[in-house]
Amino acid sequence: MADELVLLDFWHSPFAMRVRIALAEKGIEYESREEDLSNKSSLLLKMNPVYKQIPVLIHRGRPVCESLIIVEYIDEVWPHKSPLRLLPSSPYDKANAMFWADYVDKKIYPSGKLVWGATGEVQEAAKKEMIENLKELEGELGDKPYFGGESFGFTDVALIPFYTWFYALETCGDFSIIEECPKLVAWTKRCMQRESVSKSLPDQYKVYCFLMELKNKFEAK
Amino acid sequence: MENEEVVLLSFWACTFAGKVRVALAEKGIEYKSMEQDMVTKGDLLLKMNPVHKKIPVLIHNGKPICESQIILQYIDEIWPHKSPLLPLDPHQRAVARFWADFIDTKICELGKKIWKTKGEEKEAVKKEFMESLKLLEGELGDKPYFGGENLGYVDVSLLPFSCWFYAQEKVGDFSIETDCPKLIAWTTRCMEKDSVSRSLPDQQKIYRFVLGLRKLFGVEE
Repeated sequence: MADELVLLDFWHSPFAMRVRIALAEKGIEYESREEDLSNKSSLLLKMNPVYKQIPVLIHRGRPVCESLIIVEYIDEVWPHKSPLRLLPSSPYDKANAMFWADYVDKKIYPSGKLVWGATGEVQEAAKKEMIENLKELEGELGDKPYFGGESFGFTDVALIPFYTWFYALETCGDFSIIEECPKLVAWTKRCMQRESVSKSLPDQYKVYCFLMELKNKFEAK
Repeated sequence: MENEEVVLLSFWACTFAGKVRVALAEKGIEYKSMEQDMVTKGDLLLKMNPVHKKIPVLIHNGKPICESQIILQYIDEIWPHKSPLLPLDPHQRAVARFWADFIDTKICELGKKIWKTKGEEKEAVKKEFMESLKLLEGELGDKPYFGGENLGYVDVSLLPFSCWFYAQEKVGDFSIETDCPKLIAWTTRCMEKDSVSRSLPDQQKIYRFVLGLRKLFGVEE
């Protein structure tokens, strides 16, 4: 099956991590091709001509783009590959799972980028917003082991890659996530005990170094 | 169906709410539309969407569903038998979701900038807007609808934005039909359907609304 499934990947991308986790959860073999984002391959440009971004999942030669769309696709194509589906079967619960995954994209990603990427007042405002966002997510988690309830699910897959940003966020923003959101940090530890997650996520310090390099490059321009 | 209670928190000019109105009309679902004050948000809206405090919100038997794409997918699952919006094939579903997301990201953002900007910035936005519409026209191809023989997910997602074309052309001083004749033919075809024409605002009304917004935002040439 591996020759039928290719993931155009980038090790540090939280969006690509989502796809790796989903495929690992379902025990699906695939070929991962690391892209050089400063010199994009002709395959990437052909498979995602609109955005020219990773991740792209190529299944039997056909591309699927956008990380949450890819995770949903994986869940639909291989519904029986895992003891449980990533998305709930009840339409209302499914809508709720998608709502919080979308929240990660709309809130965590943009404010996170400014916490590690910006300085001064912009950074301060982003930090304040990030803490509010994390607390809002913690509220949604409540006392459940996962956002999906008893099972690791779609929202968990959407959010856990941003755990790789925690060291960068705390160092650049000068705050402690465990102090602000202890239950959320407990959830990250719980997720990291899953092999699908721990093998799909790079080390936080390596990500911090990568992000600081990006920040320096951007500031140099 | 008699015991179903369907309420839509809406605003007449909102493109995202327009998608939901078209979808419900296509499926022949009766619902109560509650027009919201976008400046002074009502208690029901704040209760039903405490996270984003935005419309549209679909309230089905007392339970809220937020975010237009999530609402459309929910509607399609709850009432699958009439006018299905998404195809059955997972790859085709992923492609439909991709274009719906493209519309929400690119067409929405660029469309707004046309009336919000002026001078060189406006010219750059117009160029990018037309390129985005051309991409969509390419996706439509020679099909009568994006969904094929019938209205589908992408049609419903794009139609409300097409109500703003006249205003954008007047304010931007350009013609969409010149570069995208098939797309304009598609809008005419869709507007012949009652489910569409009765659910969406008149283009002249939107133009007057845009003129009002420009005054409010102090955008003068």
